Amino acid sequence: MSRSHRPGHRARGREGSPSHPSGDRTLVLPGDEIPSQGLKPGPGTYRVGGKVYASVLGLVSSRPPLVHVTPLSGRYIPKAADVVVGTVTDVQTTFWLLDIGAPRWAPLHMTGTPWKVDVGETDRFLRVGDAVVVRVENLDATGRIGVTMVGEGLGKLEGGTIVRVSPARVPRVVGRGGSMVETITRLTGARLAIGQNGRIWVEGSPEAIRRVSECLRLIDEQGQRSGLTQAVEAYLRSSAPEGGWETEDRAPPPPDAERGGGRSDADPRRESVEDATPPLRSEDSQD
Amino acid sequence: MSEEVIAEILTTHILDLAADGRRLDGRGPDEYRPVSTQPGFVSTADGSALVRMGQTRVLAGIKLEPGKPFPDTPNAGVLTTNAELIPLSSPTFEPGPPQPGAIEVSRVVDRAIRAAETIDLARLCVTPGEKSWVCYVDVHVLEHAGNLIDAALLAAVTALSNSIVPAKRFGVADSDYALDVLHLPIECTFVRLGDAIVVDPTFEEEHAAQGRLTVATDETGRVVAMQKGLVGAFSPDDVKSTVRRAFVHGERLRSLVKGARA
Amino acid sequence: MGNIGAKDVPVLLSPEGLRLDGRRLDELRPIRIEAGALHQADGSAFVEWGQNKVMAAVYGPREVHPRHLQQNNKAVIQCKYNMAAFAVDERKRPGLDRRSQEISKVIAEAFESVVFAEEFPRTSIDVYIEVLQANAGTRCAGLVAASVALADAGIPMVDLLPAVAVGKIGGQIALDLKKEEDNFGEADLPMALVPQSGRLVLLQMEGHMTEEELGRALDLGVKGCRDIYDRMKAALRERYTMTPVAGGAA
Repeated sequence: MSRSHRPGHRARGREGSPSHPSGDRTLVLPGDEIPSQGLKPGPGTYRVGGKVYASVLGLVSSRPPLVHVTPLSGRYIPKAADVVVGTVTDVQTTFWLLDIGAPRWAPLHMTGTPWKVDVGETDRFLRVGDAVVVRVENLDATGRIGVTMVGEGLGKLEGGTIVRVSPARVPRVVGRGGSMVETITRLTGARLAIGQNGRIWVEGSPEAIRRVSECLRLIDEQGQRSGLTQAVEAYLRSSAPEGGWETEDRAPPPPDAERGGGRSDADPRRESVEDATPPLRSEDSQD
Repeated sequence: MSEEVIAEILTTHILDLAADGRRLDGRGPDEYRPVSTQPGFVSTADGSALVRMGQTRVLAGIKLEPGKPFPDTPNAGVLTTNAELIPLSSPTFEPGPPQPGAIEVSRVVDRAIRAAETIDLARLCVTPGEKSWVCYVDVHVLEHAGNLIDAALLAAVTALSNSIVPAKRFGVADSDYALDVLHLPIECTFVRLGDAIVVDPTFEEEHAAQGRLTVATDETGRVVAMQKGLVGAFSPDDVKSTVRRAFVHGERLRSLVKGARA
Repeated sequence: MGNIGAKDVPVLLSPEGLRLDGRRLDELRPIRIEAGALHQADGSAFVEWGQNKVMAAVYGPREVHPRHLQQNNKAVIQCKYNMAAFAVDERKRPGLDRRSQEISKVIAEAFESVVFAEEFPRTSIDVYIEVLQANAGTRCAGLVAASVALADAGIPMVDLLPAVAVGKIGGQIALDLKKEEDNFGEADLPMALVPQSGRLVLLQMEGHMTEEELGRALDLGVKGCRDIYDRMKAALRERYTMTPVAGGAA
């Protein structure tokens, strides 16, 4: 096996979130040379003989001192601090295993929940098939994904349903400054919890869920194209039930202070997933 | 991408929708997904067809070879059906021996072909007791998005309808001839979602289902095979009304086979 | 290789240098590649290459089954190449056979040479190749389909892996043999190239060639691989190209 080609490769798990894709970032394929102009190889690239090449199919972007490639396809690659929607796939005496669509299942330890869980009592709290919102805490060198359910907006999901989009599309589901998700919730009355892993919890009336699902399908299929926001808005307006969504579709507000969809600041769950553009963390430029 | 573990809230959502007469993809209880057939997809087979039923994709290939008849049926050809649920077709499959689901699909498809006397096995006899044609029906699932049984039988029957017996190639006769297809069985599969019984289930609907009923009908108005699957129950009235619906759907799907016939 | 004593050995090369299907010695059969042909797989591709029809799917990286195959420091690459029963003239019995197992192994090793497997410890990258219709060169067609599927699945690699078989017919070195040429020809040399480095990661040979012929065959194969490489890239670009959304909502 020839390892001389690989020394510069960067693990993608540590890359920063991609910025909202703009019009003309270059599409590259594995093996394509990337003009690097003195930038160092970042995630999704490798260096051989002084030249930088793409290792994944994706879009090139330069964030000096690095040049990197953001994948356009593939499984969700977890990053610390990501909030994700997962499904319990196994229950053990001291932890649960979650399917978060990543290369590995993520163990959720019984101490990583807001509940008081005794050893062997784990199945009283979460069973196989339960859906949860958790945050990725740490990733180790063996690929183990540590997650926690302790925190604002995290917990077990009740009601609603889960719709999936490709993880590469999540930034477009959120939109610049949250504009896309705000449009969707405002015009349907649904509540959303967006996982960075492309799994999106949707709650509302059956009609609202159906319309949100259609928007998400549109974004998933056409998210790499421009003009998407207008297309989604046009669909939502044309599919609005007579009398407008406000009177028919909107689920009645719960008795306590927390409001249903529409207000991005009122839903604590959405607050923690909404920001799609955290700045590159400084440790990403190392190694 | 389909999940290995389907979230319980999705299953609940499917059942809630069903209680309202709705389905996840917006279909009605008696609506098939878009269905298309492509006969002759594989030229190395003696007959073949690729069927799309929504995102489910199934390829059937027919191979006819001279062989020996079974000892207890010396005057008949041999028919054997095999369905392969290859790992390529779903994240839930792994390589290895056939899973019970694959075996059930093979047998339910085989049962319908045989019971409907789709091909005249007597005509496939060459020399009684010594030589007869063996008709292999091989079904390859390329993408599993639910309802493999209906897609598999549709592919098999379409493939049989376009098959050529390679009599000349094997030196059995002076020329090849079209395989004679006498009947066109069509299988229609329904699942129970709460009180609703809906046709052509998707993968997620099969997972949420509380029982599955497959009814095979032919073009002369006969029921030729039935199979109740999954865990759940159907009353005799449920069965009767489902059979009625199967005849209607069967006619519609059968027109695809007729349209595709050589 | 050659069928000694066979009655109807076809004329594989005309005096004008044309092959059975009218190709010249250095011409490829028509190839069509469709990236992303399947919905559920993490990556997929469908390849029609001459009369070959091959589907490939990639699932992963994902948890390893069976667990004991797990590697602590990298992903394992498991490849399963299989031929459908109806893919060949004489029906192939379903199930594992030695030829398929060997092909699965050499293809897996080719990918192990280019995939950055260390990035996904304790996982498996599962590559499935299904030959639906065969007409010589199926391992190369399968490798090409699987390579496109791996890129479609976002798997990090040094490069795509174009592959082709070179043979010898009528005493002449020929690129991309079809079935009759493979059956009645004098040699078969499948290979896979890493264009970025110019090195081969799959190489097998059967038949007889002189040293000089082998040298020319390798050169011809590398040229053929570079041609196929361009088509693989074009197929992936077509799937992932950005164009404006047309009109209103679909």
